This record gives sequence, structure tokens and C-alpha cells, in this order.
Amino acid sequence: MREKLIYGLGAIAAVLLARDLYSIFMQLPDEASQGMIYRIIFFHVPAAITAMLCAAVTCITSVTYLLTRNLKFDAISVAVTEVGLAFLAANLVTGSIWGRIIWGIWWTWDARLTSALVCWLLYAGYLMLRRAIEEPTARARISAVFNIFAFVDVPIVIFSIKWWRTQHPQPVFWGGGSIDPAMYLTAVLNLVALILLAVVLSLIRLRQEEVQREIDSIRRYAHAV
Amino acid sequence: MDFLRQTLVIARKDLRAELRTKEAINAALAFSIVILVLFSFAFDPGEQETVEMSGGLLWIVFAFAGTLVLNRSFAREVPNDCLDALVAAPISGAALFLGKALANFVLVIAVELVSLPVFGIFYNVHWTGQIWSLLLVLALGTWGLTVIGTIFSALTVNIRLRELMAPLLVYPMLIPALMSAMKLTMDLIAGKPLGGEDEVWLRLLVAFDVIFTALSLVLLETVLVG
Repeated sequence: MREKLIYGLGAIAAVLLARDLYSIFMQLPDEASQGMIYRIIFFHVPAAITAMLCAAVTCITSVTYLLTRNLKFDAISVAVTEVGLAFLAANLVTGSIWGRIIWGIWWTWDARLTSALVCWLLYAGYLMLRRAIEEPTARARISAVFNIFAFVDVPIVIFSIKWWRTQHPQPVFWGGGSIDPAMYLTAVLNLVALILLAVVLSLIRLRQEEVQREIDSIRRYAHAV
Repeated sequence: MDFLRQTLVIARKDLRAELRTKEAINAALAFSIVILVLFSFAFDPGEQETVEMSGGLLWIVFAFAGTLVLNRSFAREVPNDCLDALVAAPISGAALFLGKALANFVLVIAVELVSLPVFGIFYNVHWTGQIWSLLLVLALGTWGLTVIGTIFSALTVNIRLRELMAPLLVYPMLIPALMSAMKLTMDLIAGKPLGGEDEVWLRLLVAFDVIFTALSLVLLETVLVG
């Protein structure tokens, strides 16, 4: 069943991505003031939203783990965090490339850039913390607590850094900006494609995690015998 | 009432243990003075520059020296199985956490109150202009530092590479608290009174303290006992 889900969602994501790439590079014209480089926004913004969704999902699964003590939720947390971290990295890298072209600099300590980087550091810390703990239930428990702390910290970080001066453009899609309907459609479809991709990757990573756990338990059993 | 008494028992126990060995507090004091000396070589600032960097400099010193005290908070209970005894003791996890946090707060504040005049002397800064507001900011910032440091000391008490992991996890988490404490401290040392546009920073610092204190009180038992 899950196998079919992975292939099915993967196929839909692939079709959507192909459609979006065609639209982004072949159909949509250059943007009036930025020219060619604005196209990066079709990946930059959806990647950020996907990463935020991943963070929200892992917070929920971490809380659920602490309530139910079912290790399945711990496996979901680690799978989704890894995928989310990859999307956040994609967001940071695409943003940096855009900044190099438009601002002339790779990086600036602007509010959004800084808060995205801090989020990245926090969730990378989560993965490192997991590696430092051997025993599965202790690892699940402690990393779930850390995940909750990280998720609570993220909005505070975002608020606090917002009061620092900001250089990042204001939101184009939702919140005051105006955008051509064709561009808007492509952006939304690409968001759907990236979210589907994140789900597929998480499911694959989840399967690895489950296999890993099964191997561990067989190994323990073999040692015991 | 029991809760308060238990909290104070834990706090007194920790303070007494620390004051008898003076291990962490001596290390933290020496460390903070070493960083202050290093910074003066590294930057050699003029009078105006010193005031501008004072907030950042002081809070980096406090955060680094503070973690020396905080990291050991739960780790010191591991030898002789004291941690098991504390967990088995008929007190709630919240009381244990609050007691330890109070003791740590006193120790870290003591280190800060020594390094602040040393900073004033070495860098030739008049830092006493807004002393009461400065002490308030010091207390609020240190409480945030202490809460995060204490709960993370509990989180990392049984893991490999504890000494490495704890700071790695603590500093990113502290960024909002450190940012507001740095901004407020800089303005207060420059002689500006609290208020105006600084008020949002003060509010942020208080919010950080309240949120993470509540979260830690709720989650400590989960961390230690399971």
C-alpha cells in the first residue's frame, strides 16, 4: 500500500514539476525589473513553505510521541525533519544566489535570512543530538523534547529578528504584493509539487528508518541468543 | 507551600555543594576575565566603539562563562548515582528544575557582577549611569540563559560528547534572548534610559523567560524520568 502511495505521489509530483519547469522557462516572460533571475522565486518560496510545514509536522509528531510513546512517531519525526532541513537548505541556497545577482552580495544579516539560518542550525542540532544517543527510547524522548523547544523558539527568533532592519523583499504572493495570474498559478502548482516531493522523500526515509530499526532489533536478538 | 520548600532545599543543596568545591564558579570567573582580556587585544577599541560593542561583548562573555556553570548542573549528579536519588526523591520534577535553576542563577549572576566592574576598569567605561535598569536587564537575561542552560544540561546529561553537544544546542536557542539583552545593555551603558523603542526588546526578553520557564517546568520530568 505504501509502496503504491510513494510511486503514485512521486508520479504526480514529477508531472507537476515538468509542467512547472516548462512554464517557468518556456512560457513566462522575464520579469520587468529583475529580468531572468526572478524565476528562482518559483522554487525559493515554495521550498520555504514546505520546510515550515515539515517543522510543524515534526512538532506535532514529537508531542504525539511523548503522549503515546509509540516509536513510529519518532521515526516520522526524524524522517520529516531531515527532508525539511534539505528544503530549508534549498531555500537558503536559492536565496543566496538571487541575492548575489540582485543585491550584489551572497549574504546579509537581514531578518528573514538570519531567522532561516537559525532555524537551520536548530534542526541540524536536533539531528546531531539524535546521533549522540544510543538507546532508542531515550533518543526518541530527548529528541522529542528538543524538537518542541526548537519549534517554540522559531517564532520568537522570527519576531525578534524582524525588529532588526530588514532588507528582504516583502511577500509577493500573500500579503499585499501584486502578481500576474499566470505566474501565481505556476507558483502555487510548484508549491504543490514540492510538498508532494517532500511527502514522497519522507515516506522513503521513513521506510529506511523502519528497516534500520528492524535490523537493530534483530542484531540485539542475535546478541542475546 | 511544599513545592516552595522543596525548591529551596534543592537550591540550597546545589549552592552549598558549589561553594564547598568552587569548581565551576572559579572556572567561570577566570574564563570571563580571560575573554575580556582577549577581546581588548583583538579589537583595541576607542571610547565610542567600546560603548557600541559593550552589549555584545558582555553577553558573549556571560553566555560563554555561564555555560561552564550550567553544563555541569546535572552532570555533577551522575557520580555516586546522585541523579537516581534525586529522581527517586519525593519531589516533583518542576521543583527539582526550579531549585537547580535558582542555584545556577545565583552563581551566574555572581560571575556577572564580578566581571562587570572588571569590564568597566579594563575598558575604561562608565557603566553605572543606569545601574538599576542595567541590573534588571542583567537579571532577566541571566534567567533566560539559566533556564535554557539548566534544561539542556538535563537533556544532555547521559549522552556521548556532552561537553560538545550542550553549547551547540544552547546558543542557537538563546539567540532571541541574547539579542535583546545585548541591545538593551548597549543602550543602558550608553546612558539612555529604558523605554521608548527599547520597550519591545524588554518585552521580548520577558516573554522568552516566561515561555521557556513554563516549558521547562512541564517537560523536565519527561526528560529525566521518561
